[in-house]
Amino acid sequence: MSNAIHNFLEEKVKPNFDKGGKLEKYYPAYDALETFMFVPGHTTGKTGSHIRDGIDMKRTMIMVVVALLPALLFGIWNTGHQYYLALGEQADFMTKVIYGAIEVLPIVVVSYAAGLGVEFIFAIINKHQVNEGFLVSGMLIPLCLPVEIPLWMVAAATIFAVIIGKEVFGGTGMNILNVALTARAFLFFAYPTWMSGDKVWIGEGTNEAVAYADGSTGATLLAQATEKSSGFVNAAGAQYGDTFWNAFMGFIPGSIGETSTLAILIGAAILLITGIASWKIMLSGVLGAYVMGLIFNAFAVNPFMEVPAHYHLVMGGFAFGIVFMATDPVSAAQTSTGKYVYGFLIGILGIMIRVFNPAYPEGIMLAILFMNVMAPLIDHYVIQANIKRRKKRTLAVA
Amino acid sequence: MSNVLKLRKGVDIKLVGEADKVLVDAPHPKTVAIKPTDFEGIKPKVVVKKGHEVKAGTTIMYDKNHEAVKFTSPVSGEIVEVKRGDKRKLLEIIILADSEIRYEDFKAADPNSLERDAIVDKICSAGLWPFIKQRPYDVIANPEDKPKSIFISAFDSSPLAPDNDFILHGEGEAFQAGIDAIAKLTEGKVHLTTNAATKADDVFTSAKNVVHHQVSGPHPAGNVGVQIHHFDPVGRGDVIWTLKPQDVWTIGKLFLTGKLDARRVIALTGSKISNRKYFRTILGTSTKDLFEQNAEKGNSRFISGNVLTGTKIHADGYLGFYDYQLTAIPEGGEPEMFGWIKPDPSKFSLSRALPSWLIPGKKFDLNANMNGEERPFVVTEEYEKVFPFDIYPVQLIKAIMVEDVELMEELGIYEVAPEDFALCETICTSKIPSQTIVREGLSKLRIEMS
Repeated sequence: MSNAIHNFLEEKVKPNFDKGGKLEKYYPAYDALETFMFVPGHTTGKTGSHIRDGIDMKRTMIMVVVALLPALLFGIWNTGHQYYLALGEQADFMTKVIYGAIEVLPIVVVSYAAGLGVEFIFAIINKHQVNEGFLVSGMLIPLCLPVEIPLWMVAAATIFAVIIGKEVFGGTGMNILNVALTARAFLFFAYPTWMSGDKVWIGEGTNEAVAYADGSTGATLLAQATEKSSGFVNAAGAQYGDTFWNAFMGFIPGSIGETSTLAILIGAAILLITGIASWKIMLSGVLGAYVMGLIFNAFAVNPFMEVPAHYHLVMGGFAFGIVFMATDPVSAAQTSTGKYVYGFLIGILGIMIRVFNPAYPEGIMLAILFMNVMAPLIDHYVIQANIKRRKKRTLAVA
Repeated sequence: MSNVLKLRKGVDIKLVGEADKVLVDAPHPKTVAIKPTDFEGIKPKVVVKKGHEVKAGTTIMYDKNHEAVKFTSPVSGEIVEVKRGDKRKLLEIIILADSEIRYEDFKAADPNSLERDAIVDKICSAGLWPFIKQRPYDVIANPEDKPKSIFISAFDSSPLAPDNDFILHGEGEAFQAGIDAIAKLTEGKVHLTTNAATKADDVFTSAKNVVHHQVSGPHPAGNVGVQIHHFDPVGRGDVIWTLKPQDVWTIGKLFLTGKLDARRVIALTGSKISNRKYFRTILGTSTKDLFEQNAEKGNSRFISGNVLTGTKIHADGYLGFYDYQLTAIPEGGEPEMFGWIKPDPSKFSLSRALPSWLIPGKKFDLNANMNGEERPFVVTEEYEKVFPFDIYPVQLIKAIMVEDVELMEELGIYEVAPEDFALCETICTSKIPSQTIVREGLSKLRIEMS
């Protein structure tokens, strides 16, 4: 079966794309399809290692996508859940899932279509292979957006992020900023009304014709925390029994994939067990955020600073950002020591921005982007220290 | 006194196909060959022609850069072919071997009573100088240099590697004579490192005139580069020489008998070999009979050396000058449907993205598949897991790629050889050919510095 398909590709389809074929220009597109279907039977060279690890870039990237699935699935359900809460109606599990899927999946489809479209065009222009990096970015982008985001904005932001955030630097592996966060930052600054406030987090929130139940609110916990440090309310306007628990489980309004810390932790477990994401960044990030939260608690001159430190770990995009975005190996620090510094500062800065500047409730996004820019500098100092140490060492022995 | 160095970084890739500890005589080879491609950075000048008669030890080629560095015939017989490739690149000098070997006489001598120059001269004229390699650059040592020390790793930790404790057992006299000769070449010490995890043979433990070290840990603990890095690092301007234990034995034999005794024990290993044993054969032997009689049928990859650093050869090729092992593994080469997501437990992986980590101690039957395509560097701190140097490997590779000589120096290129990157290359998610890159970097730097 698989042989037959491979032969069909090789004999019937490939000649059209080969040199001299009518679709020669589009060879990267064919190549992407073939290598998606089949890992090529390339073997190692005459010299160099003759055996190779089973892992490759496709598998690495797909593991991250798998790790994102719990957050996606929960986000779909929660979109429905929040909607019916705001409406003040009862709905069963499937109704919520169906509503959520109708709202969320188009955003995912548009993100992938726009991003992969750009990737294919660049591959054809530059005559190189289509890279797997966007498989992850394409899933991260929808999960860090509010559900009410118009689809054309998703497309515009994705195209912007892939071109300006990645391709101008030379493609996957060369970018300075995390691609998905570049998309989010683009929307945040270009269309702030669609990225903040209390209308965009719940389905139909921006549709004037849809009337929510009395007392309902689409304000996120972060928005509420600017006014109070306890007595948070849900989309229906009722107080949470246990705010921390609800936020941990994810029964709160927010970007599609960011609400459930539990779902994110399942993803984190997948990334840590497979060893694909850096535990150093995650651990130091959580520590940084918690320490910053404690420092605020110690001074506590406004309600937001009174919010218990551990709430910060489950509110807003912190968990999602630190697990899936701060750990992007391309834009993070690359040295071991550098990773601790990088993660810790993301935690510190993220909570600091969130609390000090209520106009930017999503401080984590800005903290990660800022540290993306700083990461090469951190690595520079770590490596210079290594160079100095080794120089000393050879001198000492001599 | 010996110091034990414990290394954590690295990995032992357990493969099917270890050679049994049984030593047999290989059939006397019909032909042997010297392959100039085995010697990095030399300018070979051949001094024999087709039809010439040679003895074991007769010079057949020398290095135009260092005329003292001669390459000699391992057997007596007739030159039957000087094989050249593209642009007349010298590939093989093939010698039809006599059934009874006749030797050039280099005169036996006690190395302890000889001056350094006489020792250099003797080793060079017998064609054994190429056994001595140097850091930096991982090339044949320059006889005019005065190395600050000499390193010998008594064990090979690479997959399916031959066991020197087994091979050199009872050969203490020749080994010691070799050590004594080499010790005269440096004003510093000769360092001999054994594996702390196993009991080293007497031939090593009772060796005199050396500094003993012990190392424990996974591969590349046996790599001499790792040992140098931890015991006597190479700085800018330093030169350190290295030798392999069997070659020390060969040098010792030269001093004891005055003859070039090019016999060598090799391990025949790999899952495609049915009769896995140690064979006593000769340097540069034709591999035709060995593979024909002992390898399974089917599409195999034949390697002179081990799976990490060896050279792919034809079944009727020749053993490399620096190789002590022949390996045959399945060639592979079949495209794999959705192979990038299949949780295939038969594939080795250092990451836990494949399920093989769930079966500890599993022995793999790996083929030569790339298991993916080359990509830019994405994953970080991957090489560091198998690279027991205080050096940033990826940063060094990148410095070589952009040809930043100063940065290469600072990041430690003088300390490394391609073999030190073999595991990095093997486990690389992006399939970067790092051994090739390091070799190119070293060659460029060597030209730049000369």
